[in-house]
Amino acid sequence: MKVLKYLLAGIVFGIVMAKSEAISWYRIQEMFRFQAFHMYGIIGVAVILGMIGVFLIKKFKIRDYHGNPILFHPKDRSIPRYLIGGVIFGMGWALSGACPGPMVVNIGYGFLTMTIVFLFALVGTYLYGVVKSKLPH
Amino acid sequence: MMTLLTQSWSWWFSGLVISSIMFLLLFFGKSFGFSANLRTICAAAGAGKHVSFFNFNWKAQTWNLIFLVGAILGGFIAATFMSDGSPAHISENTIRDLAELGFSKPESMQPAELYDFSALMTGKGFLILALGGLMVGFGSRYAGGCTSGHAISGLSNLQLPSLMAVIGFFIGGLLMTHVLFPFIF
Repeated sequence: MKVLKYLLAGIVFGIVMAKSEAISWYRIQEMFRFQAFHMYGIIGVAVILGMIGVFLIKKFKIRDYHGNPILFHPKDRSIPRYLIGGVIFGMGWALSGACPGPMVVNIGYGFLTMTIVFLFALVGTYLYGVVKSKLPH
Repeated sequence: MMTLLTQSWSWWFSGLVISSIMFLLLFFGKSFGFSANLRTICAAAGAGKHVSFFNFNWKAQTWNLIFLVGAILGGFIAATFMSDGSPAHISENTIRDLAELGFSKPESMQPAELYDFSALMTGKGFLILALGGLMVGFGSRYAGGCTSGHAISGLSNLQLPSLMAVIGFFIGGLLMTHVLFPFIF
């Protein structure tokens, strides 16, 4: 059960990414060209419901199923890392049409060449680890 | 009922399901952030021996790797049992713009011009996919998260850094699409 619940959550994630077409390079292009509301609607609904839910969790101090308080870990305040890192990420997102989640969903969907994108995302992550101390954060 | 399953899902239903996944993970005592898996995989592969960034107790992240395996299965299930085979339903304007760059009308979720094996075999095709992946991997770790961690989880918690990251995602995406694409394709 311990393993199964995460597996099931992942399966639902994979299905919704595929059925919403968020895994599609075309949809990402459409989004960055502001030619449809679709992707904005998906992210917008998720974020608005997320805000309401997080607000309620904090207000009513809702606990997780272990009985521990649900905590949110604020990220460090800084600008360069989020902006520069974000820009690099965004360029890769538009080029490959996939952020990390959709990469693996695409592989399951049958687009096996997406494995190349995923492997190089691992290389990119490794390179970040190597040069981390030399970058502005 | 079957058509409801096989046709593509609306934005509002999809958004609802995604936020449900985020809350489910919070209820399990975890947080929704997919790109952390990339770091975990590097660590599991032994990168921690050479680079301190990967020297952490990655086994505590096993749950997220299981989530990743589920995501692959979910993609397989969607393609095999829940698809009517229709291509991505993008707007006519996008189809026209992409045609100018040499992309034919969508026939599936991904353009054959990028994701067919034959495209990969051209050096340029390989470079595009490799560079795209490289930037996503490097950028997500530099920014401390990807779409799930920053755009969904972070904005839900009204985190300013996440807003900065999402603004960065869009600057990068717009730059690639509107400035660099004409040089690449």
